[in-house]
Amino acid sequence: MDKLVQNFFNLSVIEGALPSVLIGFATTVQVALAVIAIGVALGLALALLRLLERRLVDALITAWIELFRTLPQLVIIIFLYFALPYGGIRMSPFAATAFALGAVLSAFCAEIFSASIAALPKGQWEAARALNLPTLRTLWLVILPQAVRLATPLITNRVIAVTKGSALGVAVSLNDTLGAAQSYMAIVANPSPLMLAAALYLAFFIPLVTLSRYLERRMTPY
Amino acid sequence: MELFLANFANWDSLVTVWPLLMQGLVVTVQVVLVCLPLAALCGLSVGVGYSLAGPNMRRAIVVMIDLLRSFPALVLLVLIYYSLPAFGIRLSAFSAVVLALVLNNTGYFGEIFRAGIMSIDKGQSEAAHALGFGFFRAMIWIILPQAAQRVTAPLASNALELIKATSIASIVAMPELLRSARVAQELTYNPTPLTAVAVIFFVLLWPFSRWVSVLERRAIIARG
Repeated sequence: MDKLVQNFFNLSVIEGALPSVLIGFATTVQVALAVIAIGVALGLALALLRLLERRLVDALITAWIELFRTLPQLVIIIFLYFALPYGGIRMSPFAATAFALGAVLSAFCAEIFSASIAALPKGQWEAARALNLPTLRTLWLVILPQAVRLATPLITNRVIAVTKGSALGVAVSLNDTLGAAQSYMAIVANPSPLMLAAALYLAFFIPLVTLSRYLERRMTPY
Repeated sequence: MELFLANFANWDSLVTVWPLLMQGLVVTVQVVLVCLPLAALCGLSVGVGYSLAGPNMRRAIVVMIDLLRSFPALVLLVLIYYSLPAFGIRLSAFSAVVLALVLNNTGYFGEIFRAGIMSIDKGQSEAAHALGFGFFRAMIWIILPQAAQRVTAPLASNALELIKATSIASIVAMPELLRSARVAQELTYNPTPLTAVAVIFFVLLWPFSRWVSVLERRAIIARG
């Protein structure tokens, strides 16, 4: 029991690790916010561009979606960070992680938004046209509010799943919660900082997971 | 353009590193073959356990599911791989990866099966009991087939996420596909192995990913 406390909940080690791990946690939060901003905004933009039904634009968007839905997140992060410099594009660990995960989230969001828009009955468009509402205003006032409502639980789930990937940044030496805890762990040869990191991740994600459970419950009867 | 090709799709270095990549692919496939059935089975047990449990047990199961879902898989893996040795328990990288992925996905699969089973109308199990089915026979023959049909889309999507997540094993130095590519890249000083690994993943996973997409789209439209 003593050994357990000594190794995993060693208060003096945790106290020492706290400043650097908290700075790491701030980085995790920043990456998460950047990913959400890039992913949701770009995803919605792509879904709207699809409505134009231009063949070339459609093909490009489809390629983007298929690529980033299919490739593992870590493969994309590593590619951006280690392969692109050979092409003259250099990114910080933060940028590589945020862009890679943002691209992944945008692919999922584009799919969800465009399926949600397609799910609305045609009558919505027709009724708006009958009322002489211009297309953009129809989109903004009639279609999007309903589509976004339909999409919200699914988007929330994806946002959580993809932002959790921010921990993958350690592979490109991003100094986030996990990275900071690992480097401190290496200095003191004691895994307590990892427990601190785990606790911070739980503190960040449990409210989000609970929120997604609530949103899903509102949408479905079970 | 030629410079670009010489760097990112260099035939000579591809030929050199191909055997290494194939070894990595074999390891990746092994991890998937062990983790996927195990995680699905654990998730199924959690879902069935939930429908058997009383109100307090149910709350406990939901809390457990949410805890497992709240950990990034990589954090779980690092925790298992680097902290168990402090107890004198030494796990190979392979077992640590399996343990982390199965734990994490038990949460995801558990929630999917739970929601699926609970969505089946009570009358179904009552009718089964009236016909003399015991709990487990009713579950296997009546409830689960209907539940599975309802949750096919999330199940397939989660299976795909699990397969993709196996690449985190590269962080604990397990020689799977991505790790092999990193090693190969350091040998050849050019990014061709990384391009190759992305192409291999894409070619192998795309049909599956496409199918998941179609299922999910159908599910959203059915809800709309």
